[in-house]
Amino acid sequence: MTLVKTQLGRRAFIKNTGLAGGGLVLGFSFFNSCKPKVAEAVAMELEMPKEWYEINGYLKIGDNGVVTIMSPNPEIGQNVRTSMPMIVADELEIDWNNVVVEQAPLNTNLYSWQVAGGSRSISSSWQNLRMAGATARQMLKQAAANTWQVPVNEITAVAGFLKHEASGKSAGYGEMASVAAELEVPEEIELKEHSQFSIIGTTKKNVDGKKIVTGEPLFGIDVQREGMLIAGLVHPPAFGKKLKSFDAETAKSMPGIKDVFSLKLYDEDFDKMAFHFTAFNEVIVVVGDSTWQVMQAKKAIKAEWENAPDISDTMTLFGNTMKVNFPSGMEDSEKHTSKLKDLINRNAKVARKDGNPEAAFKNAAKIIESEYSCPFLAHNTMEPMNFFANVTENHAELLGPTQTPEWMEPAVAERLGLPLDNVDIQMTRQGGGFGRRLYGHFMVEVAAISQRMKAPVKLVYSREDDMTQGIYRPAYYAKYRAALDENNNLIGFHVRAGGIPESPLFANRFPAGAIDNYLAEDFTLDSNITTGAFRAPRSNFIAGAEQSFLDEIAEAMGKDPIAFRIELLKKAETNPVGEPESNDYDAARYAGVLELVKEKANWGQQEAGVHRGVSAYFCHQSYVAQVLDVVMENNKPVVQKVTAAIDCGIVVNPGSAANLSEGGAVDGIGHAMYSGLTFKDGAPEQSNFDRYRLIRHTEAPKEIETHFVQNNIDPTGMGEPPFPPIMGALANALYKATGRRHYHQPFITDRPPLVG
Amino acid sequence: MATFNLKINGETKKVDVDGSTPMLWVLRDHLQMVGTKYGCGIAQCGACTVHLNDNAVRSCQLPVSAVGEQEITTIEGLSENGDHPVQQAWLEVDVPQCGYCQAGQIMTASALLKKNPTPTDDEIATAMNGNICRCGTYTRIRKAVKMAADNS
Ligand code: FES
Ligand code: FES
Repeated sequence: MTLVKTQLGRRAFIKNTGLAGGGLVLGFSFFNSCKPKVAEAVAMELEMPKEWYEINGYLKIGDNGVVTIMSPNPEIGQNVRTSMPMIVADELEIDWNNVVVEQAPLNTNLYSWQVAGGSRSISSSWQNLRMAGATARQMLKQAAANTWQVPVNEITAVAGFLKHEASGKSAGYGEMASVAAELEVPEEIELKEHSQFSIIGTTKKNVDGKKIVTGEPLFGIDVQREGMLIAGLVHPPAFGKKLKSFDAETAKSMPGIKDVFSLKLYDEDFDKMAFHFTAFNEVIVVVGDSTWQVMQAKKAIKAEWENAPDISDTMTLFGNTMKVNFPSGMEDSEKHTSKLKDLINRNAKVARKDGNPEAAFKNAAKIIESEYSCPFLAHNTMEPMNFFANVTENHAELLGPTQTPEWMEPAVAERLGLPLDNVDIQMTRQGGGFGRRLYGHFMVEVAAISQRMKAPVKLVYSREDDMTQGIYRPAYYAKYRAALDENNNLIGFHVRAGGIPESPLFANRFPAGAIDNYLAEDFTLDSNITTGAFRAPRSNFIAGAEQSFLDEIAEAMGKDPIAFRIELLKKAETNPVGEPESNDYDAARYAGVLELVKEKANWGQQEAGVHRGVSAYFCHQSYVAQVLDVVMENNKPVVQKVTAAIDCGIVVNPGSAANLSEGGAVDGIGHAMYSGLTFKDGAPEQSNFDRYRLIRHTEAPKEIETHFVQNNIDPTGMGEPPFPPIMGALANALYKATGRRHYHQPFITDRPPLVG
Repeated sequence: MATFNLKINGETKKVDVDGSTPMLWVLRDHLQMVGTKYGCGIAQCGACTVHLNDNAVRSCQLPVSAVGEQEITTIEGLSENGDHPVQQAWLEVDVPQCGYCQAGQIMTASALLKKNPTPTDDEIATAMNGNICRCGTYTRIRKAVKMAADNS
């Protein structure tokens, strides 16, 4: 046990009795009008208690020993609704089968970082969740000690039961809950040693599993309310356009249509946070009785669009204010490519320089040089953007899928002219996030629509709206150069990377620190196409590019690709270039996942006909190495197997972490191979899954194996890290299979005969 | 507007809608059966899959007027207690990530197994190819379909 203080400004532990039975239990009523059901009990047949006792903001205990644990963060498929409560339950020392999980509403007084972003849900709440459980355990022990008149340190708490050995007394948590709830929150509590964990580190199935497979209402798009209207939007058909005028006479007269109007989202002087941005500040809104009627009426609107001017704006992101430019004009992909190809050959902003790279390249016996690129991507969460709002005179209730409730709340309040306290935001389960739902303009939109209609409204984007509305993964371009001396030693390394509108460069990540003469430069190109975070921003391109290039260097040096990387990492570990703290990774852990994947994949011993590629990357504080096997079938490369080795510290729920590793691999292979969004005259050329390709069953790897490094390091990111490196492993395996390097994503269109 | 008496999950449901309304929206908006999901509206993603008699069909492409006497089964009616072998296998393998596509995946898989109780890996992949999973749970889905085949 480790002794820790509970009072670290953690308001969640100061009992807030005003909330008991109020805000905290609201979570259950979302879908009541569809089908009343109780809670997401881990064990389906749990009997509910007659009385609940709230111990702290994270949990309440029923008189029969059933425990409700709040899951504070948005659930987007990363399985935090299971793994966050597991952490509380372990410290509480309770049987997992007696746990009911509830989605916490947004509550900045109780919780911190109620965000699904940066793969930080677990790592940022690890300590809080443990303390919540341990505090409750301590209070239950104290309750038993007081009741039995024995010293508290003689009481043990095991699997939901309190025992006093000497007197033979014992009681379930439920029996002591009412007493515990009246106690002061202890100043110090004991956290378990890692070796004492009994739930953390074991696989627990998705707490919503049964509801998902039986089709119960869980998602934002499933919300139904008495008197609820449906809203849909019509936005400009191209970036660089804005609304001029529209004729909605026909649409208004169509069956079920209540109103058609234009809506301005933000005033010009509204101070936007990065997550408030929207591509189109003025849209046409159609409100009606049903989704299909609204979709039909949208088609009947005759709108005229005009060219938008140059726009300069500022945005804040975690305290920094940045300028952002959206130049006027209609952009297209061909022009983007030629501009990037031009910029890639010009000197750019130096982000890091070690040694004398110019001299290294001048004296090189051999220079290897390659260029890499990737297109814009749409997030394409399977559940399109949607949200529910019910705004009355002085209160707003919002409910739906968002990754950033806390950051959107002020924008909603400001747009409605309501104080922040009068805006309540609750989260549903979410049909994917991938970064798209960090940008919650749809929450502001639906709130404004509900306010105007004086009715509960659910806003639903069609797939086409969702795919052509922006906030895309930026398009990136990179050029790598390596200098070898006459003995084939690597003496210089140069990366220049840029993108629209941001650069993907991480100048201080590997191989920075491992090469004496190193130069990293970056550049950007403004655009009116709105972009944002997409699963592992920037890493999702640069990892694949860098890891493909390292493969080329290893080959030129006549080295095994894993041995080559480990050699560089050894140097970074023992004799790092630059200030040690300037290198953004732990070289030993990095090498560790390569060693593990080498062993698990039987590297170097693959069967005949199997072509392999390897890749390794560090992001979101975690290390991932992957080996990807390709076989040629009918002259086409087919991904057979992926073997992954991951170091993300303590693995809270290995089964669901493996699921994320598998998903990351499939997602990465899919996007690198098939997906891309292109533009013509400012308009996206793909607007639905007929032209926008996502990976499908027949294209997915046949097998994916995941191995975790066992250690006692506090948990780090898991949702994003398995995604970026696989693109490098894929490119390297394709090279082995086809004899040609793949540089430009999607690979399916990169010299098509190779992979088509 | 017209009145339709639809046979859904063994019950008769009466709806008053325009005959061109796709079954997807009749289910979701008019009958409040929201297990069937909207993903693309153009028969490309499979999220809206239901059974029409014993065939897996995309309900976003099925006008209510075309249903007539045919039996519709949705995810809510696949089994009484959520214990269809495919649902059980899904839970056993713990397939879902976000879960949004899974109702459609399950409906396609259960229709496949009815016709072909012992599909090969390739047959599974081909039958399931119209169902997109953006979270990438394809390997788990294949495993669950095989498990369901073995258990039924
Ligand atoms: S919604 Fe019907 S196939 Fe996508
Ligand atoms: S589980 Fe998320 S789309 Fe399939």
